[in-house]
Amino acid sequence: MAKKLLKMMVNGRAVEIACAPNQTLAVALRDELNLTGTKIGCDMGTCGCCTVEINGKAKLSCLTLAHECEGASITTIEGLNQYQMHPLQKAFAECGGSQCGYCTAGFVMKSHALLAECPNPTREQLKEELAGNLCRCTGFVKIYEAVERAASELREKAPVEPAPATAR
Amino acid sequence: MPIVRTSRLSRNDHQLNKGVWTGAENRAANPFANGDSAEPEFNVIGKRMPLKDAYKKVTGEGVYADDLKFPGMLYARILKSTKAHAKIKRIDTSRAEALAGVRAVVTGKDAPIKFGVLPVSQDETAMAVDKVIFVGEPVAAVAADSEAIAEQALWLIEVEYEDLPAFLKPEESLKQVAPELALKDKVEKALPGTNVHKAVDQEFGDPTAAFKAARATPSGSFWFDGINHGFTEPHSVVAHWDADERVVLYTPQQVPHYTHRALAKVLELPMHRINVVRTMVGGGFGGKSDPFPHEIIACLLSKKTRRAVKLTMDREEVFLVNRGRHPSDIKMALAFDAQGKLIGMDSNALIDGGSAGSFGVVSTYYNGVLSNGPYYLPAFRYKGRRVYSNHPASGAMRGHGSVNPRFAMETLMDMAAVELGVDPCELRLRNFLPEMCFTPYHKFRITSNGIREGLAEVMRLSDWKNKWGKLPYGRGIGVGCAFYISGSALPIHWNKLPQSTVHLKIDMDGGITVHSLAAEIGQGSDTVLAQMVAEVLGVNMDRIHVRSQETDLAPIDLGSYSSRVTFMAGNAARDAAEKIRHDLAQAAAKLTGQPAQYFDFKDERLVCRSKPSVAVTFMEALHEAQADRGALIASGCYQSPPLGTEFKGSNAGLSPSYSFSAYICEVDVDPETGFVQPRHIWAAHDCGRALNPMAVEGQLEGSIHMGLGQALTEQMRYRGGQLLNGNFLDYKIPTPFETPEMDIVIVESIDPEGPFGAKECGEGGLAPIIPAVGNAIYDAVGVRMFEVPMTPDRVLRAIEEKKRVGK
Repeated sequence: MAKKLLKMMVNGRAVEIACAPNQTLAVALRDELNLTGTKIGCDMGTCGCCTVEINGKAKLSCLTLAHECEGASITTIEGLNQYQMHPLQKAFAECGGSQCGYCTAGFVMKSHALLAECPNPTREQLKEELAGNLCRCTGFVKIYEAVERAASELREKAPVEPAPATAR
Repeated sequence: MPIVRTSRLSRNDHQLNKGVWTGAENRAANPFANGDSAEPEFNVIGKRMPLKDAYKKVTGEGVYADDLKFPGMLYARILKSTKAHAKIKRIDTSRAEALAGVRAVVTGKDAPIKFGVLPVSQDETAMAVDKVIFVGEPVAAVAADSEAIAEQALWLIEVEYEDLPAFLKPEESLKQVAPELALKDKVEKALPGTNVHKAVDQEFGDPTAAFKAARATPSGSFWFDGINHGFTEPHSVVAHWDADERVVLYTPQQVPHYTHRALAKVLELPMHRINVVRTMVGGGFGGKSDPFPHEIIACLLSKKTRRAVKLTMDREEVFLVNRGRHPSDIKMALAFDAQGKLIGMDSNALIDGGSAGSFGVVSTYYNGVLSNGPYYLPAFRYKGRRVYSNHPASGAMRGHGSVNPRFAMETLMDMAAVELGVDPCELRLRNFLPEMCFTPYHKFRITSNGIREGLAEVMRLSDWKNKWGKLPYGRGIGVGCAFYISGSALPIHWNKLPQSTVHLKIDMDGGITVHSLAAEIGQGSDTVLAQMVAEVLGVNMDRIHVRSQETDLAPIDLGSYSSRVTFMAGNAARDAAEKIRHDLAQAAAKLTGQPAQYFDFKDERLVCRSKPSVAVTFMEALHEAQADRGALIASGCYQSPPLGTEFKGSNAGLSPSYSFSAYICEVDVDPETGFVQPRHIWAAHDCGRALNPMAVEGQLEGSIHMGLGQALTEQMRYRGGQLLNGNFLDYKIPTPFETPEMDIVIVESIDPEGPFGAKECGEGGLAPIIPAVGNAIYDAVGVRMFEVPMTPDRVLRAIEEKKRVGK
């Protein structure tokens, strides 16, 4: 299948990548841009490991074709720690929210998109929002703790007017 | 989270200090020996801390096998059998080989040598030779310039099959069959001509008399569907047969050592020509502990092409590799006297091993012998049969071999309690094994045991006495208890080598490198080893670098299975660190003129106990110790003490220590739909000492979550040998909605031989949740569940049956 050159912003950097029409964004990120932090757990939209942000919204990159992302702004797990670790990443590590680590990028990205819209989620909201992500190690408890800790840290840091999610 | 410290253990009177247990001499020389009446103050032990590799994982820096890329790397795909049982009449790979971009094709004939994780069950080949025995069995494989080309090539391989009748129910495999229907050439010696892989028959005490004398004899026939580990990282390997004529295999293995052995055998290479490199493991739970066909296939393709070959599976393929928990048919009866004392057990387990031996011989024993606790069991009869069938292979999964019989036993305990009119928790308290005892026949040596404290605490937290039998219809509370090995005491390969060896290297930079082959699979293996060393040497964790990936660099460790790492590799790491500590103390003595044994190691300093003003820094002592010698190196090891007794199979279930758990679960059952919603779980686990309480909680919360999956939703469903639900949509792992709040109670019984008193917490915490849910369902709606998972249809059927019979 003929490849087409696609332009997109990935982690704040303008990139051009040649992708076949059937190539998923997950594969494009991993193979073409070597951003292997995004994991493929099932390749059919059932585990959430491949979650990235597309224009500020959490999306499954295994169910998104690269061609759909022409001109889009994409943030991956590598994009969160520019110059320093994002509070979510730190909290996942320090609360024990990551054991084997394979689902972690997906959870962090999903949580990141959630906190941009809802800076102070309740436990019930967290459960609902994270229900599409599968973790086989932690039983989710430490993941909730991590998101809550990061959320509180981000609220303390945040300016009075929250910046839009895409402004990074 | 509460930590309960058991107080019954009077450590000064401990038999340990009378030198009864082997190895006591070593501990007497150890400054942390539990003979000290005062609790020592620790540097890093017992502190909540992130796992060593957590920052790499949260930033996406961590490298898993599928993240690897090498120049000129090829991609492989496997052609899988579409038949459950069939002769291979013909394989024609010529059209695939002719496809542009295809670099190599291999079939079963390229590697006919058999392998398997256990030396007694060498019954697998990399790909099918002559016949296929399950849907999904590798038949051929292709390496090509891209995954798409490899996939396309699979369609060009022609395979002609001749169907054979399939064995899809375990009882069918018990029968005598014609030779061409034998699934393997070697079966249980005592049952020739059948498809029985392993038979175990054990009888101790007088079970017949026990059942005759019993006041209550609850019994049940239980069925357990097979389940899969469901780790999130699919199997993925990269093999490179390199220019030095060495094979490097990058693989997320829990047990690199066994893969190392299997590769040497099948590839007919000396072990030293193979380097097995463990990449980060995206979850294992027992499912990455066999040497696998796909590991060998990647090596074969690399041998042909002399290029690096990557083979990554899709999710369905992972389910077909399986090695999950055995589908099991367990018939069990217990005997109790009028006082509620357990006086006998009669158990009959028929487990479906599927297409390969895997760890199955061990599973067959464990299904019986791991019923020897946590209760005193004076009469024991067990008949175990593991059969081959035309399903994907079953194997080891978290709580290996103990989980299904545990459900049966705990359900029957509950039935006995009802029959005898005793509170179920009270009945359990009457039967618990004490600490410091042997089980009567198998001679399991129970050292520390905090199960009484654990059960008492979860009863208190859950308000058990005001809830059990008193909640409204539809809501119930149940209890389940368990015990588990803390490392299998007998190595799989019988030899004189230690089970764990750890090397340390410290050079003038002050960094401490720990070399070990214990596999970090997310459970915190690297962190535990680092903690051991940091504690003994009184240094910060950031000085310690763990290199636990390559067989080239690391001394042999039997790896991460049977919950052995903390206890065995941990003790080996401590042993190595003690040797370095000795050298550093000598150096401090030389620098200060004070006796070496007076130095305490704390906060990166060596301080003289008698004169605290006299101290040297860690670096000063290090450089003095390095004079004329260079880097300090030390090797430490662990070998479990002689244990057990002498009858055939008496080694199964032996461990230097055992963990204990007591769980209580409250559930809501919707009598209209049969839907079970766990409300709250109170879980107490005796892990000896929590080296890192955050990691212990994480293991227990994860075990509970996984156990809830088996309890309520997870099942591998087949039709005609075809797996119907090999994906995460249809194979239902609990989501946050099904996972209730959990109160974790860590019980610290301070094990006499565990490193700093620690024992396992990774597996034992899974089993008790399933019967706790089952018993809570009974308390809620009055029905006993004999089928697991306890899906809504099954619960509803039981409720309706009860109504029908009741009327």
